[in-house]
Amino acid sequence: MATIDIHPQTSTHHHDDHAHEHEHHHGNFWTNYVFSEDHKVIAKQFLITGMAWALIGGILSVLFRLQLGFPDADLSWLKPILGGWLTPEGKIDPEFYLALVTMHGTIMVFFVLTAGLSGTFSNFLIPLQIGARDMASGFMNMLSYWFFFVSSVIMFTSLFISTGPASGGWVIYPPLSALPQAMQGSGLGMTLWLVAMAIFIASSLLGSINYITTVINMRTQGMSFTRLPLTIWAFFFTAIIGVLSFPVLFAAALLLIFDRSFGTSFYLSDIYIGGEALPNQGGSPILFQHLFWFLGHPEVYIVLLPALGITSEIIATNSRKPIFGYKAMVGSMLFIAILSFVVWAHHMFVTGMNPFLGSIFTLLTLIIAVPSAVKIFNYVTTLWKGNIRFTAAMLFSIGLVSFFLTGGITGIFLGNSAIDIQLHDTYFVVAHFHLVMGSASFFGMVAGVYHWFPKMFGRMMDEKLGYIHFWLTFIGVYLVFFPMHYIGIAGFPRRYYSWTNFETFSGFADLNMLVSAAAILTLSAQFIFLFNFIYSVFRGKAASANPWNSTTLEWTTPRNPGHGNWPGEIPTVYRWPYDYSKPGAKEDFIPQHIPYSETPESNLPHENELIKLELNNGSIDVEKNKH
Amino acid sequence: MLTLIIVFGVLLVLGILYFIFRIGNLVSLVKGKEEDEVSSWNSVNAYLFLFFMIGGLVAFFWYSYATFDGYNLPVASEHGEVTDYLWWITMAVVIVAFTIIFIVMFWFTFTYRYEKGKKAAYFVDDHKLEIAWTVVPAIVLALLIFSGLRAWSDITGEASKDAVVIEVVAQQFLWTARYPGKDNLLGHHNYKMIDASNELGLDLASENSWDDFKSLELHLPKGKEVKLMIRAKDVLHSVFLPHFRVKMDAVPGMHTTFKFIPTKSTADMRSETGNPNFNYEMACTEICGRGHFSMRFPVFVHDSLEDYEKWLKSQDSWLKQNPDYLKQVPAEKREAAIVKAGIPTDSKEAIQQAPAVTLN
Repeated sequence: MATIDIHPQTSTHHHDDHAHEHEHHHGNFWTNYVFSEDHKVIAKQFLITGMAWALIGGILSVLFRLQLGFPDADLSWLKPILGGWLTPEGKIDPEFYLALVTMHGTIMVFFVLTAGLSGTFSNFLIPLQIGARDMASGFMNMLSYWFFFVSSVIMFTSLFISTGPASGGWVIYPPLSALPQAMQGSGLGMTLWLVAMAIFIASSLLGSINYITTVINMRTQGMSFTRLPLTIWAFFFTAIIGVLSFPVLFAAALLLIFDRSFGTSFYLSDIYIGGEALPNQGGSPILFQHLFWFLGHPEVYIVLLPALGITSEIIATNSRKPIFGYKAMVGSMLFIAILSFVVWAHHMFVTGMNPFLGSIFTLLTLIIAVPSAVKIFNYVTTLWKGNIRFTAAMLFSIGLVSFFLTGGITGIFLGNSAIDIQLHDTYFVVAHFHLVMGSASFFGMVAGVYHWFPKMFGRMMDEKLGYIHFWLTFIGVYLVFFPMHYIGIAGFPRRYYSWTNFETFSGFADLNMLVSAAAILTLSAQFIFLFNFIYSVFRGKAASANPWNSTTLEWTTPRNPGHGNWPGEIPTVYRWPYDYSKPGAKEDFIPQHIPYSETPESNLPHENELIKLELNNGSIDVEKNKH
Repeated sequence: MLTLIIVFGVLLVLGILYFIFRIGNLVSLVKGKEEDEVSSWNSVNAYLFLFFMIGGLVAFFWYSYATFDGYNLPVASEHGEVTDYLWWITMAVVIVAFTIIFIVMFWFTFTYRYEKGKKAAYFVDDHKLEIAWTVVPAIVLALLIFSGLRAWSDITGEASKDAVVIEVVAQQFLWTARYPGKDNLLGHHNYKMIDASNELGLDLASENSWDDFKSLELHLPKGKEVKLMIRAKDVLHSVFLPHFRVKMDAVPGMHTTFKFIPTKSTADMRSETGNPNFNYEMACTEICGRGHFSMRFPVFVHDSLEDYEKWLKSQDSWLKQNPDYLKQVPAEKREAAIVKAGIPTDSKEAIQQAPAVTLN
């Protein structure tokens, strides 16, 4: 045990004083709310920044959907916002269109679903659910947020420069991204993109190292790894993936910076552009793709695993059932985490990579479908014979499983290299990853906000607004992304400003219009959430300490946990986190800190034997000593 | 029209916001009374899930059936038949799995909704069940993988020796094809030799380049293997021939290849689709800049090899069109170059006397 706050053999009085001191340690406004080292405040900072980014990313997507769904529309009314990015005819400039898709991707993948999701919930839940006073290093944690903030400011600034932000796609493949002659966005916009991402990576690493250390070292008494809630397992694996893969993106970005600014040729070779032959020879654009996707693919799981962890927790709580197959859930996450490092080249089947590698990566890619399928089956079985309460969080969690199924299953086509030839870089891919990664993770994040809002702000969000928000968003997302499968099967390439140059791609104007209308509807629905969020922070119904009758440790803290989380001693953990509806128990949940000795009516035979061990356990010893 | 839609959208948003505000207020008024753990909304949500499941599946199957011709691109290559077959096999497997899981999931969601006093089952794990649903997908996937891999290795294998070789060169934002001419061999190229006329960077010191010609349309023979040699001059591009199920990136600094056998000529396709104006097209599928969406390259498939060869013969070599570049041919080989390029002899002498130009 490495938690400094538990010294069972020393006087409990002394300990209480210590905790007391913690709670009443008032700093000033700056140290409490701005440069705070408290994990809960940092989590909220990540959440609010992430929500702001989500709004920006969503608005960008509606802008380019206007172009795709209503190509003949006159958008002059957007002149006050877009200015010179509109053509004289009132249409979006083709280059700005590419900037929009690029920034939408970058913002959503990194700033919303990596920082906004992991940053919020890893920070908020790890100490609370493992029973720690705070993160291993509060200072590093604070730095992690402020690096993210600086990175955000730089990325945001790049939206407003005259040559526009980076516009070579969120994957920033060189040579396009390396050569300012190739497009405007590859000038200053790309420089700012690279700088922002470098800082972002630093932020992510600071955070991840903290998460890993905290989970390993700071679990409370009795909180063995096998008693960790699945959320913590998910955050733990996510952090490990992040630590191993983000540095590779950093390397890729660094080499790109060299190529752009210092005349090296890592990615450039034999280029004739803008009327001149460049001196660079011997580099390979494929190298960049390997480096990029070595992060890029694990990134999918960095985004997805936390959402799956959150969902596991919410589905178990609201089905009033133990999560089905706890070990299988952990095992499949571990397996996914490992495999995520050896499937990256399935993004590159037709990029000129050696076809033999294509075969290997097909094999490995389709293997990863197995643990993913196991997770879906386990979620569905958890619902079976439950007593399901549809809280807003539960609705979004079910939505997540549904997206994970719908979007995941199309991966079986894309992972198969022979079939991918036709589908690669079409709207089929867009539909696939927006459902399985984008929407699923977004739903996990929203579900998490609804579920832990009472612990974050001490108040409840409005449930009915939550229902409206869910149904509009759920149906909206399906209407946006499901039709894209048809458009993709018909061969429509992605990142196209318009398809009218091609006879082959002349159809589906109706479907594109539907998609755009649904995108507008979905974005509008988010304002309901925003309103609900802000309103509830200040005027929501006061929450009880454990409003969902949940078993995990965070619900043993007071309504508004102060610095140090528990006013007294940190509770000791005696059981796994999913004792819901245990036969014989009085209530339909038994929190983790209730010893088996107090629940003889519901103990399973092997658990009765654990009672003896509990008696040797620190906190109970203290009780006995006192008598 | 659009302004109307937008105004309507804005009004809708505002209406929704107002609606929310009202609800929020009303709820806070009634709040005191409502102490039930789970409200009647629980059943509403459960029924909505049920309707969603039924409505979603009906819409999916109906739309997929009704608009089949809209999204199903006719296939016009030999390997395309194979990958399409794989595609449909996979689709069958996926649809069955998807439909079952989708129904089961939402049925559980609906049927196990909250009831007062009901207790959920304490069902922790079941190893047999878990092994079953690990092994079954693994086997099904293995079968799909292996059929896929066989097709993949056929598609990416070496082209036969007598395949028609055509070079496709991409640049911002157009395509150019280079044909090898009578000798059936493509000459060397060097990006440093590119200039306003020599767009492909032909290296005229290479004998094979003398009879090469370029085309702004891709002409292919029906029923003969074609090997595309693909390269890019500036940034990444990607060759996409949707009807032939062909896609391969064009990468500066290296050649990529794709081989395939067209099985339907343009005329065949016109009669098959009933569209007398049908034309094959090539598109770019790798983001390459402002004009990415406009990189259309017309493709024409001849009815027979003879027809195709007739077209080949009708094309002038690049060197013939640009006789000035004979200067770049080493003096001792110029005679041969003039013959091979098919340059009329009257201009011969003038060119022969020109001083040789060597490139740095």
